[in-house]
Amino acid sequence: MSAAPTAPAEPTPALGTAALNSALAAGERPPRPGAISTCLTFGWRGMLKIKHVPEQLIDVTLTPVLFLLMFTYLFGGAVAGSTGEYLQFLLPGMLVQTVLFTAVYSGVALNTDMTKGVVDRFRSLPIWRPAPLVGAVVGDSARFLMASTVVVALGLIMGFDAKGGILGILAAIGLVVVFAFGLSWVFTTVGLLMRAPNAVMNTGFMALFPLVFLSNIFVQPSTLPGWLETFVDINPISHLTTAARGLMAGTATASEIGIVLAVAAGLTAVFAPLTARLYRSRT
Amino acid sequence: MTQISTPAIEASGLVKDFGDTRAVDGVDLAVPQGAVYGVLGPNGAGKTTTIRMLATLLRPDAGSARVLGHDIVTEADAVRGLVSLTGQLASVDEDLTGRENLILMARLLGYRRERAKGRAAELLEAFGLEDAAARQVKNFSGGMRRRLDIAASIVVTPRLMFLDEPTTGLDPRSRNQVWDIIRALVAQGTTVLLCTQYLDEADQLAERIAVIDRGKVIAEGTPGQLKASVGQSTLHVRLLDPEHRADAEGLLARALDAPVHLESDPAALSVPVTGAESASDAIAELVASNVTVADFSLGQPSLDEVFLALTGHPAEDSAESEAADTIEEVPA
Repeated sequence: MSAAPTAPAEPTPALGTAALNSALAAGERPPRPGAISTCLTFGWRGMLKIKHVPEQLIDVTLTPVLFLLMFTYLFGGAVAGSTGEYLQFLLPGMLVQTVLFTAVYSGVALNTDMTKGVVDRFRSLPIWRPAPLVGAVVGDSARFLMASTVVVALGLIMGFDAKGGILGILAAIGLVVVFAFGLSWVFTTVGLLMRAPNAVMNTGFMALFPLVFLSNIFVQPSTLPGWLETFVDINPISHLTTAARGLMAGTATASEIGIVLAVAAGLTAVFAPLTARLYRSRT
Repeated sequence: MTQISTPAIEASGLVKDFGDTRAVDGVDLAVPQGAVYGVLGPNGAGKTTTIRMLATLLRPDAGSARVLGHDIVTEADAVRGLVSLTGQLASVDEDLTGRENLILMARLLGYRRERAKGRAAELLEAFGLEDAAARQVKNFSGGMRRRLDIAASIVVTPRLMFLDEPTTGLDPRSRNQVWDIIRALVAQGTTVLLCTQYLDEADQLAERIAVIDRGKVIAEGTPGQLKASVGQSTLHVRLLDPEHRADAEGLLARALDAPVHLESDPAALSVPVTGAESASDAIAELVASNVTVADFSLGQPSLDEVFLALTGHPAEDSAESEAADTIEEVPA
């Protein structure tokens, strides 16, 4: 036999053998963490990513600021008679648009992750299998909240009058975030099907743009040709916008909110298991 | 140590296809507990795919394997509780700092918050990473990244550790550090499955080696056995004066009745010998003929030579389908 594998490590200046041995000996296995705790740990990882890569927040926050300013002051007078009137109409929709575009990043982030070796490590751990996915999407909700805060704060500064009060605003943000949570699963599915993060981004935005613009975010559907109005009326984004407007104005009905929650639940029920399945089988 | 008699790995007939490419073509392995077991082969030989099946990341298309007594398909979760994996790509999060990576692992393995911090600090110290603890991993050197990677694998000391090419791309000093860590791990009772394409690495660390080529195990044994299977040892001679090499070549060829190989070093020659006795006779003959020998050594053939003898092609000449062995490969 050429080498005795149990021979003591040769001393190297940089590594203390004693420290190494005691660190190795101290690695006893604690009890397994629960599914929720594991998801929260992955959510914490998402927060750390925002901390270390704050650039990803710039387009999330800057784009809605530009949109809100441009649309209000450029089109407000033409579309609604005055910029103040238009802001009342537009702000809840801008909140929706902002958060939905942010949801695309869930897919981009997952796709980026899959190209890294760290996913192999997660998958070789004895943890609840979907935890990395659920945790990441939960972590993304923090990003949704940040983007929402920016839009709403700017809207209030510009003179938005929230008749539903602070609770109405919070409820609107909450509803939009819940919907975005459901939509995130669509983009994580796309994220696992596409080969590159850029492709995920392009596909996501290309799918979202028409849906966002062909909704009631920017204009009253009644001003549209009949066939387009029909489409706009069934577009789930219109329903979300209507509910968010209602909550901010203090006039939302249970059915308006219920439709949105049902769509979010439906998206989650279909796309979350699909994402988990693709995640497991992707090599 | 319990159940020392259970093999760390028993695999039979493992097969994995990626599309039309058969990456692993019926691999059998029997790895005993408590040592380094080397899996040696060129790029694209199927090493990584084999490891990924054993670590429950890939489902085999055929064949079966048990890791520490647990089936890798039906008892995958139990296997995951006993092994850890250090992949070919760095299996750490590049955006996070070294400390955050270790805390993340500790939390995922069930450590409570404070204990996770303590464990991370312990490992950072042991692996000489304290100064870099607060830096993002993307700014680490290759050696630091590897050490962090291994540290992340032993937050909980695994019974079996998969190490996929742990020293590829490292400078010699970092490589020695990684070797020291591997030796220390084994001394603590962990079994290590070491995939490598470096023959001297397997020779240095592994108690047994499986040579893998084009998805099949083509030889298995101790490093000594593998070398012996090539059949002979080699006498390496270096002369004080390169001028004498022609004389030495003639003398050695006559004394040993074997072809003499002239090394690229103008003062060095090597010649296959059948035993130590004939080698010392040949050296004596050189000395008697006033050819001054600076140094000589009698060595077993290198594993490079073994690989050439076993496969008919050198280790550097990789198999046709390198892509099948990489992580990015997505079946169509």
